[in-house]
Amino acid sequence: MQTSILIIVFAPLLAAIIAGLGNRMLGNFTSKLITTGGLFLACALSWPIFIGFLNGSETATVVPVMKWVESGAMSFDWALRVDTLTAVMLVVVTSVSALVHLYSWGYMEEDPDQPRFFAYLSLFTFAMLMLVTANNLVQMFFGWEGVGLASYLLIGFWFKKPSANAAAIKAFVVNRVGDLGFMLGIFGTFLVFQTTSIPEILEMAPAMQGASTIGFMGMRVDTMTVLCILLFIGAMGKSAQLGLHTWLPDAMEGPTPVSALIHAATMVTAGVFMVCRLSPMFEAAPTALAFVTVIGAATCFFAATIGTTQWDIKRVIAYSTCSQLGYMFFAAGVGAYGAAMFHLFTHAFFKALLFLGAGSVIHAMHHEQDMRYYGGLRKEIPFTFWAMMAGTLAITGVGVYHLGAGFAGFWSKDAILEVAYASAGTYSNMAFWLGTFAALLTSFYSWRLMFLTFWGKPRWIESEHIQHSVHKTPEEAGADTTGGYHPHESPWTMLVPLGLLSTGAIFAGQVFHDAFLDQESFWNGSIAYNAALMHAMHEVHWLVKYAAFIVMILGFVGAWYAYIRNTDVPRRTAEQLGPIYTFVHRKWMFDELYDNIFVKPAFWLGRILWKRGDEGTINRFGPDGAAWVVLQGSGLAKKFQSGLLTSYALIMLIGLVAAVTWVLF
Amino acid sequence: MIGIEHYIVVSTILFVLGVLGIFLNRKNIIVILMAIELILLAVNINLVAFSAYLGDLSGQIFAMFVLTVAAGEAAIGLAILVIYFRSRGTIAVDDVTQMKG
Repeated sequence: MQTSILIIVFAPLLAAIIAGLGNRMLGNFTSKLITTGGLFLACALSWPIFIGFLNGSETATVVPVMKWVESGAMSFDWALRVDTLTAVMLVVVTSVSALVHLYSWGYMEEDPDQPRFFAYLSLFTFAMLMLVTANNLVQMFFGWEGVGLASYLLIGFWFKKPSANAAAIKAFVVNRVGDLGFMLGIFGTFLVFQTTSIPEILEMAPAMQGASTIGFMGMRVDTMTVLCILLFIGAMGKSAQLGLHTWLPDAMEGPTPVSALIHAATMVTAGVFMVCRLSPMFEAAPTALAFVTVIGAATCFFAATIGTTQWDIKRVIAYSTCSQLGYMFFAAGVGAYGAAMFHLFTHAFFKALLFLGAGSVIHAMHHEQDMRYYGGLRKEIPFTFWAMMAGTLAITGVGVYHLGAGFAGFWSKDAILEVAYASAGTYSNMAFWLGTFAALLTSFYSWRLMFLTFWGKPRWIESEHIQHSVHKTPEEAGADTTGGYHPHESPWTMLVPLGLLSTGAIFAGQVFHDAFLDQESFWNGSIAYNAALMHAMHEVHWLVKYAAFIVMILGFVGAWYAYIRNTDVPRRTAEQLGPIYTFVHRKWMFDELYDNIFVKPAFWLGRILWKRGDEGTINRFGPDGAAWVVLQGSGLAKKFQSGLLTSYALIMLIGLVAAVTWVLF
Repeated sequence: MIGIEHYIVVSTILFVLGVLGIFLNRKNIIVILMAIELILLAVNINLVAFSAYLGDLSGQIFAMFVLTVAAGEAAIGLAILVIYFRSRGTIAVDDVTQMKG
């Protein structure tokens, strides 16, 4: 395992360096081959490790790489930690990344800048692997910032689009807010524990529960609570939780494979991973856990409501991601870290599948992303349709409890809702109800997406992209609303990842639920495992077990009625709800709020400092002022040099007289 | 009785006339030369007057030297003037502004 983990982590880095520096010298094909090959190699080596942990033949190890920092009490090394938790993340990251690399062969085929794209993708994968294998908080922070950087580069990959640049900057800046919390958390942890090594911290953490207080912003507060909340703020930024979520929908400006890899399956789950990795620490801070639960549940509900009103296919899925991350967090918040990781695991498959499927639809529809201009695509791109169907069945949680069969999302989401109910507390109860309602909305928006895209009559000619493609206006097309456009199924490089991810979306829950949820031996101490809670989860009332199933059906029927049966309903409902609809459609006004509170004052302050401070004060009295004095002075001095002999003689005389006077008197 | 003061007054008047002749004159370089002669003469009067007053002959010897040097100076000045007039066609002081910065 020692060598294979080194290869897993460093193969993507090597591929990124070769493809990135070689760039045009290597050409498209070579750089694509190197990066994709590197990732498939990493993926092939990851699964045996995961399976080894699954059947108990592997044990947690730490593979040292090299010394990093030794300074007084502070000392940490580069080291790769492999335990069950890491193994789960390894398969998720390398599998999705490898498939996304392959998918990009087709999706980015016409892009002029492919080596750079693939180098960024591989660089991202390296940073993510560094994050999940971190053995100390500083190394985790390195990976944390690395994925942030790669995300920035990839969102702004099409740097000629101003909107893509703006989205990239927004993602970076909003993440900075979270990172500040994370950094303070790390500093505080070092201050309290005198080490950054994760195993050492986790060993000491339980004894620290309520044991001390720490001064924070002028108050005395419980140490563990402060540390955990600060660390969780970092997780909120990276995982787009309520308040710091605004960058995620905008990040959809990046190419679709990027959205699938970074903004659905891997990077945004880093926050959940971090909370699970540090779970013994969070267990020692009940208040912080309550905070996690509340934020998770609120995000889960709020993002789902927005998802029901968006028209852009990628934005719907982006809000869906945000909502599912909320599920993971409140699962962690109620103490079911296994369930959180299980949902992370299944979600990675079906959400990457949905994104890649959406990419395939966008590819077929000539880069149109607005679902209002889709319709009737079922027969045109059947493979994509069935893949999206698998993804939708998985995310809505189709499955029957008493048959013991269901798609991936059924196992993980139902487990989260049951465990929230079972853990009985005010916040967990609230999380259960909000989560159940969000499940209804999840079902509604997922089926809405499917119905708008694949059912109904084609509405393609309304789209400007399609009009450009067929060179017709809607008037010219007349009754033929397809405009004579023929969507084409994507190439095999895009269909193979869809097929493989569909398999994951269908079977991942069925196969792995026992290990993730019920076997303490599987986790083997890599997360805090609450056996009593996980047992109680199975004992909840049967109505609770069927709650998610019932709301799933309700959501499906609602979407069917509104978007197939009576297509006038959405418009009329929107009109009736009026301001409420506008409020939700405009994403709860978060962007407007932040714009007014932070962005505009920041611009105002910047302009003042620039115009008044820099130009008006420093420049005026500094360099510009000195230059002005010299100019004026030399203008005056110039007048003395008239060239007239007599005036020179006069000046000499005056000077002489002055000198003599000075000497004599 | 004519005392030392009278000589000094005359030489001062001549000196000031010479100085003003240099500065107030805007027309002719020859006038400048003449004004310089006036200044030198004022100095000479002083030298001779003080020499007689103090009974020291070296002042009068100095005056002879000054006269000699003044003659040479006038000759060189006039020679330069002639050359200058040939090349520029004017000896007006206002036109001699080539040193203007």
